[in-house]
Amino acid sequence: MSEAIVQVRDLKKSYGDVQALRGVSFEIAEGEVFGLLGPNGAGKTTTIEILEGMRQADGGTATVCGLDPQKASPQFKRTVGAVLQSTSLPDKLRVEEALSLFAELYGTRAERGALLKRFGLEEKRQAFYGKLSGGQKQRLAIALALVHRPRVVFLDEPTAGLDPQVRREIYDIFEELRSEKKTILLTTHYIEEAERLCDRVAIVDQGKVIALGTPRELKQRAAGTTRIEVSLAKPIEATELRALEGVADCRALDGRTVLHSTRPPQTIVALVKHLEAHGNELQSLEIATPSLEDVFIEMTGRRLRE
Amino acid sequence: MRHAWTLTAFRLRLAMRNRAFLVFGIIIPLIFLFLFAAVFAKKGGPAVAYVLASVLAMSVMGSFWGLSQQLVIFREQGILRRFRLAPLGAGTMLVSGILSNVILMVPGIAAEIGAARWVLHMNMWGNLLSVFVLSALGAVTFATLGLVVASVANSMMETQIINQFLWLAFLLLSGVAIPLPALPVWLQKVALYLPATYLVTGLERALLEFASLPHLGAELASLGGSAVLAFFVCQQIFRWEPEEKMPRQAKLWVAAALVPFLLLGVWETKQGGRLSEARTIFQTTFAERPAQKTPPPAPPAAKP
Repeated sequence: MSEAIVQVRDLKKSYGDVQALRGVSFEIAEGEVFGLLGPNGAGKTTTIEILEGMRQADGGTATVCGLDPQKASPQFKRTVGAVLQSTSLPDKLRVEEALSLFAELYGTRAERGALLKRFGLEEKRQAFYGKLSGGQKQRLAIALALVHRPRVVFLDEPTAGLDPQVRREIYDIFEELRSEKKTILLTTHYIEEAERLCDRVAIVDQGKVIALGTPRELKQRAAGTTRIEVSLAKPIEATELRALEGVADCRALDGRTVLHSTRPPQTIVALVKHLEAHGNELQSLEIATPSLEDVFIEMTGRRLRE
Repeated sequence: MRHAWTLTAFRLRLAMRNRAFLVFGIIIPLIFLFLFAAVFAKKGGPAVAYVLASVLAMSVMGSFWGLSQQLVIFREQGILRRFRLAPLGAGTMLVSGILSNVILMVPGIAAEIGAARWVLHMNMWGNLLSVFVLSALGAVTFATLGLVVASVANSMMETQIINQFLWLAFLLLSGVAIPLPALPVWLQKVALYLPATYLVTGLERALLEFASLPHLGAELASLGGSAVLAFFVCQQIFRWEPEEKMPRQAKLWVAAALVPFLLLGVWETKQGGRLSEARTIFQTTFAERPAQKTPPPAPPAAKP
């Protein structure tokens, strides 16, 4: 792996009594797409905003291309591009004008036509920002993040609040960026996004990185198990089902019972027999191959999206 | 500086697309001009120039409201934080706002002077250079004061409350809505501590006494000094993010920006002649002219 272009060591940040970051560390190699996956409030946005130079850390160090984001020098700002979680532009600014404006501010020539075409905004070049749809605004935000051809791109929840169809269109754009070997740090709470787009993922919870690796490596933590999620007529202690054949793990979650099994058919048969013997009933059953959410559940006992 | 011009052009473009600019920048000041003239300057002449000084001051002071609200809106809507990512600092954002305000003020000022001269029969131009320099410097000063308020206030509601309070004081106590000599003496002394007073009295002298720039030193120095101090204060307390709250003690920075007027107010109260000069201008402008004595009719010629 090439040398790290983003280095984060033991980053700490508090907001009053709340410790948002409690020692986050990771590195991103050049050309890598790195994801920070975690629930709301995990510390993802705080981490990325410190790296963008938008917030000051209380402890630890961070460097981006050898530069200190905390100083937020003009050279640093030209090196990075960012799509913020919440931001806007004036309603009466046209799409084309926004691209020209930011290109000028970065001291670069705007390849307006190419950017508009690339992000599917050609027909909207003269449209006012206030008249754009959510997906169009997000595409413009990505275009603005790339207008100065930065070395590193930060994307903070880039598809949050967008409908699934639009989200997939945005994923296509990110996959293009990935194929261009752009260095990207992406925060998300969507499993599909992390699994599809990221070379490596750090799972963040309560201000700490609790797991880090490629999506495949992380899923293998679920020990090659299959997830079986059941809802029962009568509540049951999860420990009761741990002894069933093939069960590697069992826990209650949101009123349902989640089992991880190494031998799913045997586990299901044993489960049905057990329920019948105890006068209980199976109301629903779902089977899935392990996902990053399973890794998160295994490590925290909670769902990624509560 | 290049970025400041880029942002200024961007702000001007947005303003041109906002109908409120036409209404508040040109139409409403003209309405006030005609209204004041109808009440106080029916006969035209110097009285129109007196009224014009008030209306010009009101237009210039509009920078106070406009820029302060725009900054708060930009901050609350997350527009500022997008600009924060770009390689530019708080100073550039502030300068572009002030520059755009000064430029946007020009058409309104020109329309008011033109209307006073050609529609209301103001029989003099006054010292136009002094009028424009005072107006431009006044726009800078009030825009910067507005930016201080916007930097200090934690929300749009707070901004509007502070602006209303200061605006009413400027409007009612500095000779804009009510001629200064018409106020009770103790209120006239309070007016000496307000930046708007120096703008209004300076414009009166420029229009009615043709005062040149060297003769407006006190006005230019007080407005200019306050603008510089206010700009410095704005840069120190500028906030990009809506959730960054201003600590209470930082609100004292607003007072710091008004220090030049506090000092000038004290000096004028003790030794200055601003109030007596304002009275003289008022009395000269609105004095009833004695009725012309008409010669008695010639007696009819005696009949032979």
